[in-house]
Amino acid sequence: MEKWIAAFGGRQRLWQLLALTVLLLVVLPLTLDVFRLNLVGKYLTYAFVAVGLVLCWGYGGILSLGQGVFFGIGGYCMAMFLKLEASSPENTSIQSTPGIPDFMDWNQITELPAMWMPFHSLTLTVLLILTVPALFAFLIGAAMFKRRVGGVYFAIITQAIASIATILIIGQQGYTGGINGITDLRTMLGWDIRPDSAKYLLYFLCCVLLIVCVLVGQFVLSSRYGKLLIAMRDQEDRVRFSGYDVANIKIFVFALAGVFSALGGAMFALQVGFMSPSFVGTVVSIEMVIFCAVGGRLSLIGAVYGALLVNLAKTMLSETFPQLWIVFMGALFIAVVLLFPRGLAGIYEDYVQPRVLALFSRKSKSKEGSDESAAQEAQS
Amino acid sequence: MGGYTSQELTAIFVMQGFSGLSLFCVFLLMALGLAIIFGQMGVINMAHGEFLTLGAYITWMVSELATETWPWMQEFYFPLAVVLAFAGTFILGYLVEMLLIRRLYSRPLDTLLATWGLGLILQQIYRSTFGPREVSVVMPDWLMGSWAPTDIIDIPLNGLFVMGITSLMTLLVVILLYRSRWGIKVRATTQNRAMANAAGINTQRVDRFTFALGCGIAGVAGAAFTTIASTGPTTGSLYIVDTFLVVVFGGAASLLGTVVSAFGIAQSQSILEFFLSGSMAKVITLLTVVGILMFRPQGLFASKVRR
Amino acid sequence: MSSPILLAIEDLTVSFDGFKAVDGLNLYVERNEVRVVIGPNGAGKTTLLDLICGKTKASSGSIVFKDTELTKLVEHDIVKAGVGRKFQTPSIYENLSVRENLELSYPKGRTVFGSLFFKVTDKVMARVLEVAEDIFLSDRLDTSAGLLSHGQKQWLEIGMLLIQDPELLMLDEPVAGMSVSEREATAELLGRISKGRSVIVIEHDMDFVKDIAHRVTVLHQGKLLAEGKMDEVQKNEKVIEVYLGH
Repeated sequence: MEKWIAAFGGRQRLWQLLALTVLLLVVLPLTLDVFRLNLVGKYLTYAFVAVGLVLCWGYGGILSLGQGVFFGIGGYCMAMFLKLEASSPENTSIQSTPGIPDFMDWNQITELPAMWMPFHSLTLTVLLILTVPALFAFLIGAAMFKRRVGGVYFAIITQAIASIATILIIGQQGYTGGINGITDLRTMLGWDIRPDSAKYLLYFLCCVLLIVCVLVGQFVLSSRYGKLLIAMRDQEDRVRFSGYDVANIKIFVFALAGVFSALGGAMFALQVGFMSPSFVGTVVSIEMVIFCAVGGRLSLIGAVYGALLVNLAKTMLSETFPQLWIVFMGALFIAVVLLFPRGLAGIYEDYVQPRVLALFSRKSKSKEGSDESAAQEAQS
Repeated sequence: MGGYTSQELTAIFVMQGFSGLSLFCVFLLMALGLAIIFGQMGVINMAHGEFLTLGAYITWMVSELATETWPWMQEFYFPLAVVLAFAGTFILGYLVEMLLIRRLYSRPLDTLLATWGLGLILQQIYRSTFGPREVSVVMPDWLMGSWAPTDIIDIPLNGLFVMGITSLMTLLVVILLYRSRWGIKVRATTQNRAMANAAGINTQRVDRFTFALGCGIAGVAGAAFTTIASTGPTTGSLYIVDTFLVVVFGGAASLLGTVVSAFGIAQSQSILEFFLSGSMAKVITLLTVVGILMFRPQGLFASKVRR
Repeated sequence: MSSPILLAIEDLTVSFDGFKAVDGLNLYVERNEVRVVIGPNGAGKTTLLDLICGKTKASSGSIVFKDTELTKLVEHDIVKAGVGRKFQTPSIYENLSVRENLELSYPKGRTVFGSLFFKVTDKVMARVLEVAEDIFLSDRLDTSAGLLSHGQKQWLEIGMLLIQDPELLMLDEPVAGMSVSEREATAELLGRISKGRSVIVIEHDMDFVKDIAHRVTVLHQGKLLAEGKMDEVQKNEKVIEVYLGH
């Protein structure tokens, strides 16, 4: 049992994860209406990306400013599947070419492009959501890490890739729905995803998936590989000269972060009901870095809170002070970097955690005291 | 290639080339500023685009003054605006270095994030001060019109003017960097900061000046930009990704590399634009650059300094 | 029958922009030999180690280690072939404990998936304790490596190499910055660990060199200046002129 606890991050981390789970699965659904819960679900999809960034940026030192691309891969795959289902010949009978998505019809496309074919099947869609981001990350990672491109250069190139992806998606309207994206998603295998009951279920699914990702992250970090990440961040050469292929280490964590982001994107498409290129580009990719930074770039659980809180603040501020929230975001970037680089998790660890631990140890100290005196008595 | 005569093709190339040249000039000025900052300090200034925007807005303000309040300024206001644009962005850059960049020394990724945040704040300030819609500069008469060397080639005068400013700026930077005392200090600091410090060079002051200068050049880019298109709060940020690629592609520490890279990227985009849609031209250009960078990460003209 | 020569360097040259840091060097290291490389600064000593371990690519020439041509391999493959390199400034994982530093250097589970599922078995633990004792750090196993003294960090790095069990160990100035007693301890340590393997050491402390060297190679301006037993080399006129002084 101890081994399992250690393998997934240790007692403290698991307690914190439990607290998060209770918050997400019990407290929020009981206290929020379905509209707000759906919003939280949306924020949680960004948390997938933030969690991935904790691994590849916080621990691996690899700053990717293009995680939106992976988010988009997952989102678009799921959206394409859902769109195809919503574009059955009966639903689209008024189109000049029934049986294909509406935006294709508007662009005078008469036949479903080959690229869309696999998305008739849910199994294939899910498979693609898991493998395409990994493959893509592998390609980019192999090209760059094998050539020792890192740090700032890597960040800029990922930004360029996000930019390229956005331009490509917007430009190829017929294939991707262009700047409006893929909208009007209705059912998944016959089950309608739009009514409230569906939103509840999808919210729970999203939470569960996210917690699974956090657990996977904990496992990775608690393993020897996790220590390698820390070692590599501090002393890459020594890792290399201890017989490790550093490029492979980086590729793996980058790919893992990519897959997490894709899962987030897929859940986004399901919960929000559409997918567009504004969730793929440079601006949103950098925002996701901030969610991670605010939460604490070295804390998987912190990243989830970071995503929730920043988005909450953003929503509240943009309603009351529409001009101000951009300034708020900008100030947040600066503040996090200058003032609290370990994010909320850092603040928690420095100020809150010692009090929490003291609370628990006081209880066990009194128990220890009585045990000790019992032991002394037994000895004499 | 699609039924054009060779004469027409030449004309197309020249004219697209020239519209590419204006783009090249803006890229080059932006990239020059950024290359100086990145090459010298290893700092990525994500707010660089906002300095271009500021330069453009300063130019616009001067132009408004010249048209509305003091019409006697009409003819010569533009060069004055360029100087003011430089001054304004230089001062802002100086302050930014002092208050922000200095504290993030040796943390390049964090500087990236912090300057992105700064960019957002600046954009919002512009939006609140100048309004969300784009503003245009009223061009003095001598800048309007075009020059037609042959029957089918038509070159706009403002494009030539932008080229002029760019050449002048580039020349000035080269002279500064290679022929002045400051230039030696900069190059010494780039190559061996510890040694430069030990030799008595105030590297902090050099950094501050360098950063401010880089921003100033972006301001001039902004002024030049007003002759080509109108300016809005987010204008600068449109060019930032391209500018970074230009800098990285050219080899961050090499001025020549920056020039060649800016030229190549701008021209490729412009010429491709004629034959493909605008977005595909950009995609193919960017993809090629990224592809080449994957094989040669140090860029075209890698610096020979062993870091 | 294995040849007595473990490492054969032939006509090795590397040039940086025209400057030849190592120029047509020939060097042969035998099994179980402790070879010390000395020479003035800029002689190419560290560059030589860089070339062998793969940190720098040679412009021409060959490095053959136990029948394998090293110039064709990547760094981590050279390590796996049995070459360990210690750097001039201690290159350890400051944020991890001594124990973790050693565990990470254990030569199993060095692929991504291998490391994800690597378990610290009793065997690994035993080996870590063994090496920790060798390097005088058995009472410091749970100290954060960043808190060690300079000398202890050097020992830790040697330990991290030892645990890989390399056949060729390369140490770049192992006693730099150490006190006299630390030097003595290190000399004794080197004596112990050189049993069953070859060691190349770069050093400036001549007393230390005398203590440990079987043979000495003197480099000057990237070329071989002299080679032989320490007392022969010390009497060599060219060496005295260039390096040792009067």
